[in-house]
Amino acid sequence: MNQELKAHLLRALNKNIRFDGRKNLEYRPITVQYGISASAEGSAIVRIGGTEVMAGVKLETGTPYPDTPNQGNLMVNAELLPLSNPAFESGPPGEQATELARVVDRAIRESKSIDVHKLVIAPGEKVWSVSIDICTINDEGGLQDAACLAVLAALKNTKMPKLNENNDVDYDAEKTKEGLPLSKEPVEVTVVKVGDQFLVDLLSDEEKAIEARLTVAVTEKGTVCALQKGGATPLSPEDIDKMIEIAQKLAPTLRKAL
Amino acid sequence: MSYTKRIDGRGIDELRPMSAKVGIIPRADGSATFQIGKTMAYCAVYGPRDLHPKFMQNPETGILRVHYNMMPFSGHGERVRPGGGRRAKEISMVMQNALLPVLDLRDYPNAVVDVFVELPQTDAGTRCAALCAAAMALADAGLEMKDMVCAVATGRVEDKIVVDLNYYEDSHEDGADLPIAVLPNSGKVTLMQMDGEMTKEQINECVTKAKEACKKIYEVQKAAMKARFAKRS
Repeated sequence: MNQELKAHLLRALNKNIRFDGRKNLEYRPITVQYGISASAEGSAIVRIGGTEVMAGVKLETGTPYPDTPNQGNLMVNAELLPLSNPAFESGPPGEQATELARVVDRAIRESKSIDVHKLVIAPGEKVWSVSIDICTINDEGGLQDAACLAVLAALKNTKMPKLNENNDVDYDAEKTKEGLPLSKEPVEVTVVKVGDQFLVDLLSDEEKAIEARLTVAVTEKGTVCALQKGGATPLSPEDIDKMIEIAQKLAPTLRKAL
Repeated sequence: MSYTKRIDGRGIDELRPMSAKVGIIPRADGSATFQIGKTMAYCAVYGPRDLHPKFMQNPETGILRVHYNMMPFSGHGERVRPGGGRRAKEISMVMQNALLPVLDLRDYPNAVVDVFVELPQTDAGTRCAALCAAAMALADAGLEMKDMVCAVATGRVEDKIVVDLNYYEDSHEDGADLPIAVLPNSGKVTLMQMDGEMTKEQINECVTKAKEACKKIYEVQKAAMKARFAKRS
């Protein structure tokens, strides 16, 4: 089944045609909608073509981890909601959801996008905990790139809540005007290899035929802050070089939608 | 104590502003959103489709499964841990009972109709908003229905019976909360729960007011469904 689909995809690609008529390195239209959940401290929906991903940020106070007493806590979680794809099932996050969340987490964490040192309320005792949740609404392929962009948009949309006299969050009070300490804006571009061709922004049907993918998180300066190779086919160093180059070139396309 | 003015300034029988849209999730067989005030429900319907595990299959009729879930960032205050708990389980079950009377799944033996409800933001009345969305999504999925399902939370705040409680009214110390689902054409009640203390007369008043409120909700649902089919042609 997938072999036939792959052969069909490759035949079409050799004629420079994709299933929806796009070019190999072309994204579907990208839109961002901010502040879609009044319950969250920050939120956004990203749509890439028919794919729709929501991200929400919750801010709580918590105790810092013993090895990082002077840093706030950061957590990224993803729910592949069964509402968004008939193949997704209810239950604890599986491999795909875990990978999705961890790859976004790495982009945000390793680029030092959020200055966690500025999230300390009382050193060693109380810090801000930033919980980022990704929820898929409609999956028509390309969830990874959409999820990372949605998280970045939700972080940019976040307003710090007020603290009461005990340094606990007062959720009844209006939020402050202050945003999160954001210094970098990493976006993720997933480049896929099928046959000898490179593609980005895959449709669900195209995803079934992929050989190898490389998700590259790129900062606004063009530096790479996270990588994830997926798929069971090996990549040559030349492939990797080419794929990173593609990601660096396309990252501004995604960032422009913010 | 007399509750003379509602916290958000609404009239005693006044619903919060509503909006609805049908056909919002292209991957699903049917889908809808319903928003009332700040409470928002997304619903997708998948099926009738194969049911696994097999022992759940019923050779006489298809079954309905409802999955109610609050998104982790949708709560008032702290993050809601994903995975659902006892509350979500119970709400899913009562929603199933509220929707099943309008369906006839005997044409789909051994199959399942899955209803997934997700709430991105909440301000009380979530199971009612979820039901309003679910009923539209089931219709959008093309399932035969004997009636619509409309739902609203009613309740008592101090001495007054109010309609469509918000979070602060819902969590009021001296009050009760009575969510109710009404089939708008037959007038029958398919969901009823209560939290708090009320007299029999007050409960009757809640039911009367809910029926009135559901007429308004029904109009919003009908308009959204018509808009969906206008778009298709």
